Amino acid sequence: MIDIQAIRKDFPLLQQKIYNRPVVYFDNAATTQKPQIVINTINEYYQKYNSNIHRGVHFLSEKITEAYENARQIIKNYINASFQHEVIFTSGTTESINLVAFSFGEKYIKQDDEVIISQLEHHSNIVPWQMMCERKGAKIKVIPATYNGDLDIAALERLFSDKTKIVCVNHVSNSLGIINPIEKIIQISHSHNVPVLIDGAQGIQHQPVDVNKLDCDFYAFSGHKIYGPTGIGVLYGKEKWLNEMPPYKSGGNMIKTVTFEKTIYNDLPFKYEAGTSNFIGAIGLGAAIKYIENIGKQNIFDYEEMLLHYVSEKISKVPGIRIYGTSDNKICVISFLIENIHHFDTGIMLDKMDIAVRTGNHCNQPTMKFYGIEGTVRASLSFYNTIEEIDYFVESLLQVKKIFA
Amino acid sequence: MTIDQIQEQIVEEFSVFTDWMEKYTYLIELSKELQGFKEEFRINQNLIKGCQSQVWLQVEFKNGKIIFYADSDTVLTKGMIALLIRVLSNRTPEEIVNAKLWFVDKIGLTTHLSPTRSNGLISMIKQIKLYAIAYKTKYNI
Repeated sequence: MIDIQAIRKDFPLLQQKIYNRPVVYFDNAATTQKPQIVINTINEYYQKYNSNIHRGVHFLSEKITEAYENARQIIKNYINASFQHEVIFTSGTTESINLVAFSFGEKYIKQDDEVIISQLEHHSNIVPWQMMCERKGAKIKVIPATYNGDLDIAALERLFSDKTKIVCVNHVSNSLGIINPIEKIIQISHSHNVPVLIDGAQGIQHQPVDVNKLDCDFYAFSGHKIYGPTGIGVLYGKEKWLNEMPPYKSGGNMIKTVTFEKTIYNDLPFKYEAGTSNFIGAIGLGAAIKYIENIGKQNIFDYEEMLLHYVSEKISKVPGIRIYGTSDNKICVISFLIENIHHFDTGIMLDKMDIAVRTGNHCNQPTMKFYGIEGTVRASLSFYNTIEEIDYFVESLLQVKKIFA
Repeated sequence: MTIDQIQEQIVEEFSVFTDWMEKYTYLIELSKELQGFKEEFRINQNLIKGCQSQVWLQVEFKNGKIIFYADSDTVLTKGMIALLIRVLSNRTPEEIVNAKLWFVDKIGLTTHLSPTRSNGLISMIKQIKLYAIAYKTKYNI
């Protein structure tokens, strides 16, 4: 069990009034709020220990390098990677996927090869693959979805050919909140000897992730969606791939020796961390993961599941509501429209009632096209949200409906 | 009435509202009154695509004046369009080019014109100004 009142006090932004009352922040799939400990950690490191990592011999440089590598250790343990050097710091999920699309593509993908993605991917797990495929003359194949938002796994089996080089799917879909059966997808793909990249941007903060048990080849996620700072993210990759692939950006830190004739790349993980990385961001992310561990991730996930049941039940009573993604396998995200009220109109009204939701296509135009709509209103909850907030949200929806009637 | 006089009139109309709800209810009313957009003009060529909503803009040039017709898929944007048309439609290119739109800020609906809303309204105003410049140049008026 979690003490919700105590937890809410950890998040300063949640105390803040926007118009008339403290904000009901239901836009967690876009970004999450930061606990005080993360904010304090970032402040502290800028104030007391700021110095570049892996460079100097002086006290400050050693201190901050240690903290940076400690953050890597925390993340390695959290996702149960085999080695610390399998954790690459990036700027976020988008960069992580771009890295793999480029580096894996350069090494393994050639003319007429195939990449499998799903119908329900975020643009950032579509476009990098498209760009790589264009460069290489390769093709994208798409796992279809069913109307309730589940992927059609039976169809996946039929998509494989001897040209298939990689499968890239999200752990949880960002616009609908549906949890994909990634264990199964990985198992099927591996039976065809095809590696799998999991876009975990919406997964890791709401679901247990054990990369060893999953046996995924890559897992990408963003710091800011798991209560950490913006501008920092992670790419987990199996050592074998990370060693074989070429780096995708170059510069300082990623090299061992440089002559004008030839450069020898550095060892993992530095080979993929060219330039000065967002090291204080990484330390902040480490603090965020520690914070989650202190509360207990299972406690968080159980509470969020309770919120999901509560909000699903409550919102289903709003006359004229249409929910997109009705599968049972979902996180606490409700993507919806009320009758013929435009998502933008609903969003503006909710904003005036101090409720923050996302409206639009959620960087997910193929999914919207699949449903034949322009966009939805998306309420995405997190473990600091409450039953009372859900009650207020549903009341507000009824009011919106009345206003536009 | 001049563009500024119409803007003053709108500000006065809004001054009776005491909270946001009344303002938005009024916008919804205005959206219902917005008419004259012919179905045949709801074409891609007239579409101003925002990230959140879409606006269609059709223009006519008659007796030295530009007449705008517009529509949107969202009610609130449509309400705003009704106000913009009241201010800017049926004016000479010269008037439109020189118009400063200050009423939106005064009635407290600036958020609708902030770029983050990406609802096509800013692009619509830009497009209106471009039409005005084009007609001004074409007819040398």
